[in-house]
Amino acid sequence: MQVIVDNLDAFGRGAWGTIVLFFWSTLGSLVLGTLLAVFRVSPSPALRAVGTIYVNLFRNTPLTLIMVFCVLCLPILQITFTEDSGRQYRAYAVLALVAYTSSFVCEAIRSGINTVPVGQAEAARAIGLPFTKVLSLVVLPQAFRAVVPPLGSILNALLKNTSVASAANNFELISAMRGLVEQNGNAVIAVLIGTTVTYVVLALLLFAGVEVLERALDRDRKGARA
Amino acid sequence: MGNVRRPCTVRAMSDPVQAPHPGRTATRRPLVVLEGVQKHFGALHVLKSIDLTIAEGEVVVVIGPSGSGKSTLCRAINRLETIDGGRITIDGEELPAEGKDLARLRADVGMVFQSFNLFAHKTVRQNVTLGPVKVRGTSAAEAGRRADELLQRVGVASQASKYPAQLSGGQQQRVAIARALAMDPRVMLFDEPTSALDPEMINEVLDVMTGLARSGMTMVVVTHEMGFARRAADRVVFMAEGEVLEDAVPEKFFTDPEHPRAKDFLSKILTH
Repeated sequence: MQVIVDNLDAFGRGAWGTIVLFFWSTLGSLVLGTLLAVFRVSPSPALRAVGTIYVNLFRNTPLTLIMVFCVLCLPILQITFTEDSGRQYRAYAVLALVAYTSSFVCEAIRSGINTVPVGQAEAARAIGLPFTKVLSLVVLPQAFRAVVPPLGSILNALLKNTSVASAANNFELISAMRGLVEQNGNAVIAVLIGTTVTYVVLALLLFAGVEVLERALDRDRKGARA
Repeated sequence: MGNVRRPCTVRAMSDPVQAPHPGRTATRRPLVVLEGVQKHFGALHVLKSIDLTIAEGEVVVVIGPSGSGKSTLCRAINRLETIDGGRITIDGEELPAEGKDLARLRADVGMVFQSFNLFAHKTVRQNVTLGPVKVRGTSAAEAGRRADELLQRVGVASQASKYPAQLSGGQQQRVAIARALAMDPRVMLFDEPTSALDPEMINEVLDVMTGLARSGMTMVVVTHEMGFARRAADRVVFMAEGEVLEDAVPEKFFTDPEHPRAKDFLSKILTH
């Protein structure tokens, strides 16, 4: 176990890489996923088709394939975001993670929208709110509460899926682990245990965050429970 | 917005205006006009060529057995139900199909639902201010003041900062009425507003509605409350199997209905 103690900084840098990937991917997938969910319930058949095609394409493609596409094909297509090569790879990885995860977020939010009673949207339409405001002011705020637990599971999967980015020149926990294994061939088990513990700690922190959010959103619903 | 808004003509509810005024409708301007309105739910023909005119300031009560199409009729007036044929106009303007124009028109038509449908994630006051602020662009301060006034008027001012789930059914429905009134609607639609209420809460809602009727609000009320129909309606419309079978002043309808289906209906509900 001495190897873990000796290499705490490597684990720390790896964990930081994972956290950064996770943070931007979470932000991106929540935004894109919500937008896709809005598409899928919109009155426009064209938007609904876009949402459906997107979800069915990205949800059913292995993340590794999407990651490889972003890293290998986007440069060929001259799609770049920055000069700095480290940042460039991170951007590609985040893009792949967002593209993949947002299809799951979309479906979770769509199921949340379906839990909001139809009367809520009808009342919102009846006071003259247009479609976008019916969703943003009345339906989505109530839908989000219903989807916090499933979103927690999706984000948990995302946290671990950031490991795929190690194959795309990103430095995160798995890359850190690989480096440590190469340097400490005699302590592979300890390195793997250290990596596992780090992932578990990160996941538990995420879980705690979800719990806090769930309780905060529930506070004003207490009356409904009584 | 461009469209000129009428100042709110709803007077204080204590105004000693006596309603109903049989016959006054002939002189009034038609506000809501339905012409040959058709509606199907699959094979079921729920509205069979309905013609109905509601004049400004008129209170029309729609009664009839379950499944007669009266709720569908009410919901069609602000296009929560689309229609398959015919025309519905409000103040001469045909209901737009979708989009901004429809939303603008709906803002002028208040709706009160059987199941209240208060926004569950918003407080009572926020329920009332949401429309004025987000649709009319009223300032939050102005909308809040008006909300307090309306909540006072329907008797739930003390509940303003509670959430809907913390209120009784009767209180929720009165908030729903205040929410609709906050938009200064030209007509109010009530879709069985007391059907989901415990018996002891029905009157508190009917009292608010009666006051509203006396204040000159144009109202279309789908209800089973015959007492309210007698007390507050200018006209009673009787529907069965998707058709308007009788359209008369309350006195005439309740004492001397013409259609056998109406006689049958009244004999069943007035004896218990």
